Amino acid sequence: MQAFTTLTGIAAPLPKANVDTDQIIPARFLKSISRTGFGKNLFANFRYREDGSENPDFVLNQEPYRKAEILIAFENFGCGSSREHAPWALLDFGIRCVIAPDFADIFHNNSFKNGVLPVRLPREICEQLMEDARMGGNARITVDLEREVVVRPNGEEIPFRIDPLRRHLLLNGLDDIGQTMQHAPAIDAFEAKRKAAQPWLAGG
Amino acid sequence: MSGQTPRTLFDKIWDAHVVETLPDGTALLYIDLHLTHEVTTPQAFDGLRQAGRKVRRPEATLAVIDHNIATDSSRYDGIVDPESRVQVETLERNVQEFGVPFIPLLDRRQGIVHVIGPELGRSLPGMTIVCGDSHTSTHGAMGALAFGIGTSEVEHVLATQTLLQKPAKNMRVAVEGNLALGCSAKDIVLAIIGKIGTAGGTGHVIEFAGDAIRALDMAGRMTVCNMSIEGGARAGMVAPDQTTFDYVCTRPLAPKGEALERAIEYWRTLPTDPGAHFDKVVTLAAHEIAPQVTWGTSPEDVLPITGVVPNPEAAEDEARREQMRRKMQYMGLTPGQRLQDLKVDVVFVGSCTNSRIEDIRAAAAIARGRRVAEGVRAMVVPGSGLVKAQAEEEGLDRILAEAGFEWREAGCSMCLGMNPDKLTPGQRCASTSNRNFEGRQGPGGRTHLLSPAMAAAAAIAGHLADVRDFQPKGNV
Repeated sequence: MQAFTTLTGIAAPLPKANVDTDQIIPARFLKSISRTGFGKNLFANFRYREDGSENPDFVLNQEPYRKAEILIAFENFGCGSSREHAPWALLDFGIRCVIAPDFADIFHNNSFKNGVLPVRLPREICEQLMEDARMGGNARITVDLEREVVVRPNGEEIPFRIDPLRRHLLLNGLDDIGQTMQHAPAIDAFEAKRKAAQPWLAGG
Repeated sequence: MSGQTPRTLFDKIWDAHVVETLPDGTALLYIDLHLTHEVTTPQAFDGLRQAGRKVRRPEATLAVIDHNIATDSSRYDGIVDPESRVQVETLERNVQEFGVPFIPLLDRRQGIVHVIGPELGRSLPGMTIVCGDSHTSTHGAMGALAFGIGTSEVEHVLATQTLLQKPAKNMRVAVEGNLALGCSAKDIVLAIIGKIGTAGGTGHVIEFAGDAIRALDMAGRMTVCNMSIEGGARAGMVAPDQTTFDYVCTRPLAPKGEALERAIEYWRTLPTDPGAHFDKVVTLAAHEIAPQVTWGTSPEDVLPITGVVPNPEAAEDEARREQMRRKMQYMGLTPGQRLQDLKVDVVFVGSCTNSRIEDIRAAAAIARGRRVAEGVRAMVVPGSGLVKAQAEEEGLDRILAEAGFEWREAGCSMCLGMNPDKLTPGQRCASTSNRNFEGRQGPGGRTHLLSPAMAAAAAIAGHLADVRDFQPKGNV
């Protein structure tokens, strides 16, 4: 996983609540067996018209947002399906940070595992950042995970909080499977105890 | 935790599965059962291969093909779509390489992962169950802690049989009293989501309780728990009781004899202790729930079937008004329109929410002796090959076929717009599935969520209809 330390980039405004993972990447694009290549179908139902041409009204089809690295949205971002293809599609497009008032649980988890940083900030602040994002290419936003601050184009710093373990893994680009495997003796012991206490589970 | 502190059902299952607690409070949680399917696993198996890791407990894993397949007879001739074929073949190769138990596409036990887990007796009370699918919450009906995970977590479970998790908060949703005639588990859960909203359960595990939940059969409890995620909760659960034990003891892979007795003895200790703390409590009166139907593009946009399309201008703020206008436009609705006047093009009875034998019986009871309206395509997709066989044994397939419903092979079908069963732009569908998101059943498709009986009534009437106006004809 690519580490996330500090990101300064263009932020795309997506002033919607309940952006579900079917919107982020519709199911018909989940047939790939790879983790990459989903970016071209990110928000496909909004980005493309029925004939396959680009919808010029959608933010990611407009300059400078084609190069957006940050997305600003409203409540309950990432609700619905557990598909990790949602953060994969964001990442493949080039978006490494989503800022919203809150996130659905599974999307929130999945993002961290892929070096995509979900930042929770109050609605009023997201509204301010939405205005900043609307200013386009002259208004770069910085997300500094080390210091846990978002820096607005006017220099104002807005603090945020990330779970310390997740922050550590993300700052260092660490794979948590390797970490968990260091606990193998404890898992072995747990399994032995469980087998004795709940023998009906032993086979499966 | 002290024996004195009253604990919830969730607390008890959680505590029993903590392998270790890390300094920051994150738990290493042991996973008893890992269900897998073709869509969310290829990248996980690939990750294992790249790291030279193996599946820690293949016997605690079960794989099945359900999302990305046709539900008509074409499945017997092989998969036509090349990408879908590669995905299915990839799973077949992975289960072989890693030694994971697998139910192939043409096996009679094949079906939707959340139907077959309980049906086969693999999902049991007291277990922790995960799957790379948000509707894993379904298995909570067994009195288990079951939740959806992403593909990285699938890989983590395959490699370590554990997950790194922070404990969720406890939420109790009680549905008290008796359900009115014509209402079912689907109406209960839609009414709950209407009340708490799509983010109402975020960060929580919901325990569904109260007389109306206790009175539900296992299929009904699965329908309710299935849609926990539509209320934002990763998991929903119902305390195991005699209904649960009676169900488990008839399942082929469930423990038997003395092992079962010992298991039941343990399962009886799981229900929430009196006085246990819940962070959030919501109560509904069952008798106030009427047959429900969604009008918008979020499961929380739900109303009684007797209702009318709401007016965006009545919403409290401009953001909400704008959001509602967008929903109206997408769904092709005008404020004040009666829901019962909405003509439907397609009716879908199926999905992990409503494809069990009880659901098919409910649809057949309405369909019996009647005809699907002219111009309506109505399909019934059983949740598994075993459900299909049972329905055929009961003659339900004939009742449905005579009424003009398509009777199909098991799979996820039109729930998610991934396989050949899709809506075309502008089509309006009465669906027993779980999500009415924009484009969920196909780009431009318009979904109204409702119960199997309500779906059958809509098929017969040709428009959304009140099932209470449809008396069953004869016995089914």
